[in-house]
Amino acid sequence: MSYISSNRTPLLSKIATNDGHAEKSPYFDGWKAYDKNPFHPTQNPNGVIQMGLAENQLCFDLVQEWLVNNPKASICTEEGVDKFRDIAIFQDYHGLPEFRNAVAKFMGRVRGDKVRFEPDRIVMSGGATGALELITFCLADPGDAFLVPTPYYPGFDRDLCWRTGARLLPVVCHSSNNFKVTRKALEDAYAKAVEANIRVKGLLITNPSNPLGTILDRDTLKELMSFINEKNIHLVCDEIYAATVFRQPNFVSIAEIIEEDQEYNRNLVHIVYSLSKDMGFPGFRVGIVYSYNNAMVECGRKMSSFGLVSSQTQYLIASMLSDDQFIGKFLLESSGRLATRHKDFTDGLRQVGIKCLNSNAGLFLWMDLRGLLRESTVEAEAALWRVIINDVKLNVSPGSSFHCSEPGWFRVCIANMNEETMKVALTRIREFVLRNGDKPGRKEKSCQSNLRLNFPFRRMEDVMRTPCIMSPHSPIPQSPLVQART
Amino acid sequence: MLSRKASCNSHGQDSYYFLGWEEYRKNPYDEVRNSSGIIQMGLAENQLSLDLVESWLESNPEATGFTNGESTFRDIALFQDYHGLPAFKNALAGFMARIGENKVSFDPNNLVLTAGTTSANEILMFCLAEPGDAFLVPTPYYPGFDRDLKWRTGVEIIPIHRSSSNGFKITESAMEEAFEHAQNQLNRTVKGLLITNPSNPLGTTMTRRELNQIIHFANTKNIHVISDEIYSGTVFDSLGFISIVELASQHKSSHNKDDLLSRVHMVYSLSKDLGLPGFRAGAIYSHNEVVVSAATKMSSFGLVSSQTQHLLSSMLSNEKFVREYLSENRTRIKNRQQTLVSGLKDLGIKCLNSNAGLFCWVDMKKFLKLNTFEAEMELWRRLIYEVGCNVSPGSSFHCVEPGWFRICFANMDERTMAVAMRRVRVFVDSMHAERIKNMKSQFGEGERKWSALALPCSLRFEMIEGMEI
Repeated sequence: MSYISSNRTPLLSKIATNDGHAEKSPYFDGWKAYDKNPFHPTQNPNGVIQMGLAENQLCFDLVQEWLVNNPKASICTEEGVDKFRDIAIFQDYHGLPEFRNAVAKFMGRVRGDKVRFEPDRIVMSGGATGALELITFCLADPGDAFLVPTPYYPGFDRDLCWRTGARLLPVVCHSSNNFKVTRKALEDAYAKAVEANIRVKGLLITNPSNPLGTILDRDTLKELMSFINEKNIHLVCDEIYAATVFRQPNFVSIAEIIEEDQEYNRNLVHIVYSLSKDMGFPGFRVGIVYSYNNAMVECGRKMSSFGLVSSQTQYLIASMLSDDQFIGKFLLESSGRLATRHKDFTDGLRQVGIKCLNSNAGLFLWMDLRGLLRESTVEAEAALWRVIINDVKLNVSPGSSFHCSEPGWFRVCIANMNEETMKVALTRIREFVLRNGDKPGRKEKSCQSNLRLNFPFRRMEDVMRTPCIMSPHSPIPQSPLVQART
Repeated sequence: MLSRKASCNSHGQDSYYFLGWEEYRKNPYDEVRNSSGIIQMGLAENQLSLDLVESWLESNPEATGFTNGESTFRDIALFQDYHGLPAFKNALAGFMARIGENKVSFDPNNLVLTAGTTSANEILMFCLAEPGDAFLVPTPYYPGFDRDLKWRTGVEIIPIHRSSSNGFKITESAMEEAFEHAQNQLNRTVKGLLITNPSNPLGTTMTRRELNQIIHFANTKNIHVISDEIYSGTVFDSLGFISIVELASQHKSSHNKDDLLSRVHMVYSLSKDLGLPGFRAGAIYSHNEVVVSAATKMSSFGLVSSQTQHLLSSMLSNEKFVREYLSENRTRIKNRQQTLVSGLKDLGIKCLNSNAGLFCWVDMKKFLKLNTFEAEMELWRRLIYEVGCNVSPGSSFHCVEPGWFRICFANMDERTMAVAMRRVRVFVDSMHAERIKNMKSQFGEGERKWSALALPCSLRFEMIEGMEI
């Protein structure tokens, strides 16, 4: 199909035909390999295990139990259907009051009730994906930039830049100080922008961090506040992993920091939140923009028309999140299970000499495989990654896809599988490490020979070229929902 | 502090269309609690057939719930694939086909799910146009387009004017004029046309002739056609509805069909036909693979909740329910429309002859003091504050002729409708009395002239107009 019409005007827009969707990143490539050969404990025990998807699948049993005990929360059950009409016609972009109240309360709860969130500042969006884009449309003109510490979630390239015309400039962080965000790094990034005549509109941080799994300490947060106040730029805090903190130190939200100093300009601060990670409901698209800036709330609310949360879902969530007892139990149990999973995995890796960045949050580990690289280059990292996908058969995400400045780091997701699968994954890693010893030269040869052995007929390039039939968000092509009804 | 987009008013919310809603919200009618409040007649919603959906739910609890054990809830809660739940897309494609009486089939692979048509239309703009480009839109049109097509995309709307002189039908010359104006006077590249069929606010379906003219026009200019068919299930008479997809598939033209199909796109939603606006279940339909691919990725910013997809896929795959619903829904819409039309007719108020939609396009010109939009606004204020009915003034739909109002009829029960009609009757009587008083003060008190008072309401105005003073 031609992109150019006969009168020479391109038929489709640049946005529709460029790579701004950022899906060509290796972050998504690994999913293709998984998609072609997905692991299943009985049906395909030699398949690729999905460890590139940051999902929380540890607590569905708790939610299921709650649903069975609370049929009124659904507008489809006998007990709840009398609310069906009112909910089905409700499309007010303010959102159901009970939804906003429940979300505000939950957000406070997740932060140890150290801060209170106002329901009237809650703006809905199509997941955090929609929230980030919405905030960018409200804060930045095309060409404006946001600073973002590396490594960062690859989706930001699409969410903040694709349709908005904004751009992301890295604030480079290093393993030498555990990837802390330093004032110097911020100043350097800002100065570079100024020199290039790029207007910086804000700083985007993810706290807890994806992919690091670490939280920002109080001093760093204060430093960030001081930086943005000085430069008079916005601070967008993506706190989507707030309830995945499973160990001390406790999570400190920017919402707390704001309260600590009246000199801070609150109009600069905006929080992005979602239930996709903390509750494990990515399919429900419950995204939240919480801003301390009234103009932002007002504008954001109008823009939320483009991605409102389904009223059916608002209703269910309102019901669930206002059940104080359930939420208390859920949060406790969830962090407990995450802690256990984290420990099991890090212990298992440690046993074979693989270190991870010390972390206390998130649904993943930031694994240090620099020692396995034949040289400290992105190409070597890519080569190692291909081996991990094809030989070890784990879909992990290479650090370069997170714009990490140092090759050799990999993000491994650990909360999107059951215990048995985790054990299989650890076994495979153990076997791989033992097979390959610790000499870089020998490693290279054996890696390659393994590659050749396992894939006599297919080259990695062929796998990469196969069109992706899954979306970047999709977890499970073998989900019964997909298979049974296609 | 904020972006240009945030600080401008391209969100279009300052329109009287939305301001009327604000007034309603401050003082909403309630039969028991606020019987003198404002009746909402500015919201094009379908509340006539929700009981049918409720009955279906009551009879099919397993189909929609999470009662199959943990795995079903878990699978749904995790499902965020932007390709959409296959069961839902299949069911939606089938539903859309049934609305068109199976004259055309829809391929689920050509569907992109979006958060309502609000999102669908915006996504299409992002895919088909650059900032500064233009889309031609026939007037009068839904005020939300000003936000959906223009706000964040930077695309401009150039109106194709329609007038009452030919029943608000689209003409080739009007299309040509709009195109020339855009390209030559405003220096904007026209990327396509966007039509709403059935029309909001007119409530009419486009004739085959009009659709052919549009396609022919789009072919000669090599531009896109987007057809917003959100009201397709509300067509209640046999004049029928022709989807752009059906027409494009059949079209014989000098261009090859593939080329035409690559430029024809349709937008749909369950907000009007099923009366489920809260569920944000919209879709784009296109044969253009690149559009489908790009739009699918863009839908990430507003996916349909998997919980809702799951519910709707069950509902819409039930053929019996769909068949019965569509038929009964049409009947109810037709009856309610006729109640409004005949009620207004008794008061001497005419509506545009319509066969679809959840509203009537009402000619209130006779009540204008002057044939101006200021006079229309004055009348509108009276209708809101004195009559207590939030109706939508034609100017908010960019109508070129003052005096037209859109009045919605499907978002209330029968009793409220009756109250509204009574209020309008009181208003018409008072307007009539005012008119008489003005004329008396202008022209004196002759006996004969005022015998018109004895005539039925519907004739009074015409008589007065026709009388020699």
